[in-house]
Amino acid sequence: MLKGSAQTADVSSGYAHKPSFGTKLWRYRWLYVFMVPGILYYLIYHYVPMFGLVVAFQDYNLMKGVTGSPWVGWDNFKAVFESPDFPQLMKNTVLLSLYRLVFGMLPDLLLALMLNEIRVRWFKKTIQTLTYGPHFLSWIIVYGIMFSFFAPGSGLVTTFFRDMGWGDIDALTNSGLFRPMLVMTDIWKSTGYGAIIYLAALANINHEQYEAAAIDGANRWSQLWYVTLPGVRDVFMLLVILRLGGILDAGFEQVYIFLNVRVYDVGDILDTWIFRRGIEEMNYSVPAAVGVFKSVIGFVLVLGANKLAKRFGGSGIW
Amino acid sequence: MPYIFKKSIPDRIVDVLIIVILSVFGLATLFPLYYVAVVSITPYTEVLRNGGFLLIPNTFTWDAYKAIFNSGVVPKALNVTIFVTLAGTALNLIVTTLLAYPLSKKYLPGRNAVLMGIVFTMLFSGGLIPTFLTVKATGLMNTLWALIIPGMVSTFNLLVMKTYFESLPSEIEEASKVDGCSDVGTLLRIVLPLSMPIMATLGLFYGVNHWNAYFGGIMYLNDRDLYPLQVVLRNMIITPSVSQELSVPQSQLSALPPESIKMATVVVAIVPIIAVYPFLQKYFIKGMLLGAVKG
Repeated sequence: MLKGSAQTADVSSGYAHKPSFGTKLWRYRWLYVFMVPGILYYLIYHYVPMFGLVVAFQDYNLMKGVTGSPWVGWDNFKAVFESPDFPQLMKNTVLLSLYRLVFGMLPDLLLALMLNEIRVRWFKKTIQTLTYGPHFLSWIIVYGIMFSFFAPGSGLVTTFFRDMGWGDIDALTNSGLFRPMLVMTDIWKSTGYGAIIYLAALANINHEQYEAAAIDGANRWSQLWYVTLPGVRDVFMLLVILRLGGILDAGFEQVYIFLNVRVYDVGDILDTWIFRRGIEEMNYSVPAAVGVFKSVIGFVLVLGANKLAKRFGGSGIW
Repeated sequence: MPYIFKKSIPDRIVDVLIIVILSVFGLATLFPLYYVAVVSITPYTEVLRNGGFLLIPNTFTWDAYKAIFNSGVVPKALNVTIFVTLAGTALNLIVTTLLAYPLSKKYLPGRNAVLMGIVFTMLFSGGLIPTFLTVKATGLMNTLWALIIPGMVSTFNLLVMKTYFESLPSEIEEASKVDGCSDVGTLLRIVLPLSMPIMATLGLFYGVNHWNAYFGGIMYLNDRDLYPLQVVLRNMIITPSVSQELSVPQSQLSALPPESIKMATVVVAIVPIIAVYPFLQKYFIKGMLLGAVKG
């Protein structure tokens, strides 16, 4: 096979000779060159850290590095699982994730269903534009807003409670209010954006299904139950699978920013603990072991949930 | 609204109820933003007279904004954030495009292996500590590159762009090849001009991420001069002493409630985002839905 002819040959033109592997590589050389920076990025900042997980099996020392630090087998994991903090951390993490699963997904779906009922286009558009705005604000900004409402002594809600004679609520440092505050701000920030995906699924429902249901005498609620909800079921299941995979994540960014010493008992999750011990106290091995634990559980959960979704007739993620 | 039914009285009540709930939700979204803006322009005299902040102040002042822009700390942080957002987004788009384009070619030998390797990173990661150690080992500590390079490609955005490229008609590219265009020329002259909507969408996604980025700042930077806006903002919100955080003498800020200065900084962080996103709305909805399509 001649190199010259291979270069001008088009893939779909049904060229008489099958080009050899080497010729193909040469023909697509620019496409491979394009990929170099991206592949390097994935190798260095995703795959090297995966092998960096060996730190969890070492008594890692920054001076000696991965190659020089002594191996300690499962000792770090033992230290984690036997630590008195661990059950509390797990409980906080899983509980918070379940809160977010329920109070994060249902409002999204509910908003989409309500918007779907609106016939007046400008109203629907206005509400949508307003409600997905906060998605683009950072958690720091949201915390700043919370501060303006709940700061001791000067917050809008705080002074209102004081003026009404209801006493101090101390919402930012109150263990009992910590989880509700996280859930509430999460609803404020992400509901509008979360509704987009359901609205798209709703728009894809064939109108004839509604006509057929109407002929069969289905009223509004029956149409909702038998046509609309089945139309969003697949999307809903898909999001549940993804969320289950992240059950040990519990929203690190938000929690870290809202967290303070006085709410550690309910607010300290695996990630904030890893961050404090690892990055702030520069003690890498035990937090890395928690990281391994998290990654493995997350991986198993996604695979498991996907399999389960398929068994129940859904399509799964892949 | 898709349903077909005769409107009975209960149905009408439901309709009204839905409109009321949606309106309340819309207002609840707006109100905190309005209140933050109000606090930022309320002078101390108002607070003292009323024993707190009012929803509609009788007088207002821009002094809080003057104070933060004269402080040196906030303008510096703003410069850092603007630099990181612009340079970071440009690099993000370039590297993502260069990777997504070949991956959209189903005939490319080795494409599936690369794609699987990339998707796997969505399911399994090394986690915080090994990533931190890698960034350290690659010499990025205490440079602004630490805020850009470790997040060079977002896998979600990459898959969105790949899906978009796959949706372009292959005939156009074939025609350009017949005309003697190389892959470089085809990408630059044919594909890119057709891809402006997706560039706008992903540019918004990447740009907002850079603007809002916080953890990179506290993990990888020690030098306070390099702190991005979000890090400065967080430090200001939790500090009882705003003047120390802004490194200006307390006497300069005595006419302002500390809350006003904090909220003025919050407003500075909000405004650029509010200003940009409504214009890109139609793009990012499309982008998000492309991402939802299975790759």
